Amino acid sequence: MVVDTALSSDEVDRLFRALADATRRDIVVRAAIGDLSVSALARNYDMSVTAVQKHVSVLESAGLVRKHRSGREQLVRPQPRALDTAREVLDEIEQLWRDRINLFGEVLAAQLTEGETR
Amino acid sequence: MTPTVTTDRDSATFTVAAVYEAPTERIWRLWSDPRQLERWWGPPSHPATVVHHDLTAGGVVSYYMTSPEGEKFHGGWRVLGVEAPNLLEFEDYFANQDGSENVDLPISRSTVAIEDQGDGRTRMTITTRYENSAAMEKVLEMGMEEGITSALGQIEEILAEDRSRSSN
Repeated sequence: MVVDTALSSDEVDRLFRALADATRRDIVVRAAIGDLSVSALARNYDMSVTAVQKHVSVLESAGLVRKHRSGREQLVRPQPRALDTAREVLDEIEQLWRDRINLFGEVLAAQLTEGETR
Repeated sequence: MTPTVTTDRDSATFTVAAVYEAPTERIWRLWSDPRQLERWWGPPSHPATVVHHDLTAGGVVSYYMTSPEGEKFHGGWRVLGVEAPNLLEFEDYFANQDGSENVDLPISRSTVAIEDQGDGRTRMTITTRYENSAAMEKVLEMGMEEGITSALGQIEEILAEDRSRSSN
């Protein structure tokens, strides 16, 4: 059910929160093109490495990227699992509309029957 | 006609189409009467309770759905346009426990068209699009890049195997 298992779950809440920021969306796209270190990512933005590190942590807790140590560098990698969540959300919204329209028909039929007997 | 629900995944758009053996006014009443609306807006497991219902342009409809465990999920509509009994446009948002909008969750925009077919039947078409959800779109866009990502992953695995072999 969409209202409690998908859209308002903590996981999806974190996902949307993480993607609500333009810098973080940009990091996701750059990370998807190839592994990038946090310091390499930071060169693209007018902010400190620490600030970028914080954005990466938010993305990581949302399951969008994961950090991977390679020598002295921390590489940021995409995590395709978030996509499954997005697809699941679409499926659940579709199911919600199926439920609604089925009930709509039942309520209408009941209303019409009541109208006839009156 | 059995109602149809179709989903366009690329644009996160849902379309519901149904034809009823009833006049347009009857169909409209299921939207305009809060007691009728709450009989179908929530799924069977989560019945809806309409708290406030002002179906005029600029008006707000607020509701909550109750889970089998008694947990309440709040939501609301910002009514954008109303032409009774044929057209309704609204934005549906998630709300916090106090009814205020939860801006972190996606907003959908719906258009409801109720058309007299001229033969005693009425066609209802509901189009819902998550247009304000840049986040949802971004996540779906990433789907196209998933192929690239998994290819990169495979290259890495091969390189890692080569490395472990050469170090042995």
